[in-house]
Amino acid sequence: MKEIRWHGRGGQGAKTASQLLADINLQEGKFVQSFPEYGPERSGAPIRAYNRVSDKQIRVHSGVDEPEVVAVVDPTLLEAANPTDGLSEDGVLLVNTPKSPEEVKAETGFSGEVITLDASKLAEEAGSGYANIPTLGALAKVLGTDYEVAEAEVKKALSKKLPEEVVEMNLQALKVGYETIS
Amino acid sequence: MSNGNKEVLTGHQVVANAMKQVEPDVVAAYPITPQSEIVQYFSQYVADGEVDSEVIRVESEHSAMSACVGSAAAGARTMTATASQGLALMMEIVYIAASMRTPIVMTVANRALSGPINIHCDHSDSMAARDSGVIQLYGEDAQEAYEFTLMAQKLAESEDVLLPVMVTLDGFTLTHTAQVAELLPDEAVSDFVGEYDARHPLLDVDNPTTQGPFDMPDYYFEHKLQQVEAMENVPERFLEVQDKFNDVAGSDYDGLFETYRMDDADYAIVLLGSTAGTAKVVVDELRDEGKKVGLLKPWLFRPFPAEGIKDALIDKEAVAVLDRSLSFGSSGPLYLEISSALSEEKSKPRLYNYTYGLGGRDIKEDQIADVFEDLEDPDLESKMRYIGARQ
Repeated sequence: MKEIRWHGRGGQGAKTASQLLADINLQEGKFVQSFPEYGPERSGAPIRAYNRVSDKQIRVHSGVDEPEVVAVVDPTLLEAANPTDGLSEDGVLLVNTPKSPEEVKAETGFSGEVITLDASKLAEEAGSGYANIPTLGALAKVLGTDYEVAEAEVKKALSKKLPEEVVEMNLQALKVGYETIS
Repeated sequence: MSNGNKEVLTGHQVVANAMKQVEPDVVAAYPITPQSEIVQYFSQYVADGEVDSEVIRVESEHSAMSACVGSAAAGARTMTATASQGLALMMEIVYIAASMRTPIVMTVANRALSGPINIHCDHSDSMAARDSGVIQLYGEDAQEAYEFTLMAQKLAESEDVLLPVMVTLDGFTLTHTAQVAELLPDEAVSDFVGEYDARHPLLDVDNPTTQGPFDMPDYYFEHKLQQVEAMENVPERFLEVQDKFNDVAGSDYDGLFETYRMDDADYAIVLLGSTAGTAKVVVDELRDEGKKVGLLKPWLFRPFPAEGIKDALIDKEAVAVLDRSLSFGSSGPLYLEISSALSEEKSKPRLYNYTYGLGGRDIKEDQIADVFEDLEDPDLESKMRYIGARQ
């Protein structure tokens, strides 16, 4: 079982990205959980969301303390939210930031794998404006998900809430995020 | 690998879906965290024309349950949902709903009672209703919450039961977690639930009845005994409902409680709700190490299936009962039931009481493993233990 933690600010869509990832993983035949941190949600306040992904039924209902992967949607949370908390040195820290992985390593003291992408800029260029989707794209690539599966699920889920042109912008944002990761 | 018809759904979504598929005539509810989204989703279904129900927006939970009692007495299939303070405010009318034999199905998204004010899970809210006369079912995950909501309707409306059924699911842990669940087709649910034909609807003006009147000492006692009798009919009816549900859903419910690797277990934990899932993981891990451990999870808490649970526990070495609520000045509510069930037996397991998870305090696998380790000590002192609390 793999455990993933998201850091974002209320309103940035970290919880949405977590739920989209669960949809994607289900499509891959996995068992999943996705849950936000259980706190009063306020716009702009740091929030956490979590994913569990497993080949077997997930029965555990406790919180996630030691994730293997951490995704940070808001660059300011590197300082404000202690995103490496409980993350082992074998883990992966994926950060939305214009900084290089080396800079993030120096800043956080985390010596495991650090991956950075400027998701805010990518989202702006795609027209969608929300950094959660490029970050999700990058994370899907890191987790070894086929792009087509990710795209289909994001399209299906967002189409329920958003007009077609906005969905298209988000799919573009997803794609560039995915392609950022080599 | 395929997951069939499985979807990623929150506890809110599965319960709202169950309500939609039951298609009640009336839903009266007032929003409260962590229940709000259930009624929000359901109201959306109504607004979108996906279900033909009357949603009554009221100014409090006291009014919500009052509207439910009126609606159910009139002969309408009626549902509601609440949590914590909402249930506390409803409580006066919950007793009346039970005594008027109104088969209302209510979801409770378990949340700690104030104070201090807290929005997170424990079972103090539903436990406060345990003497109210409602049937209580506790679910472990979204799937059980969904299935119990459907079964609750049939159970409540059973002719020799006619009692409200409370279906609980742990607030946040289940309500706000998106997890894998499988919903039944609408037609299958319609066929399973069937039409509700109230026996004495208040609106049947050709056969007028008086409902909910004043009762004097000459009859009050007998009327309470009718509730006792109705409650006594529940286990048999619940098993019948499970059989019918299994036919429709392909599930394998066959009891009033679930046992997990209990047959040859020496040490057992008993608890309610979502923590059972975490405990099952621990049981599997300890079994791999050769430890004979098991779990017993009551589905039905009211009426309490004492006889069956006694038989399942009697040959164990030691049993820990984990309560997620307090009864100040006494033991936990679940412990008292288990203790009472075993009280007449000469030879019985050592029995211990733990309190855990108050106000949403997380409980981890290693903490549950510690409880099993405690049980191996034949000299373990009998006193209340508080898991993970600073003392």
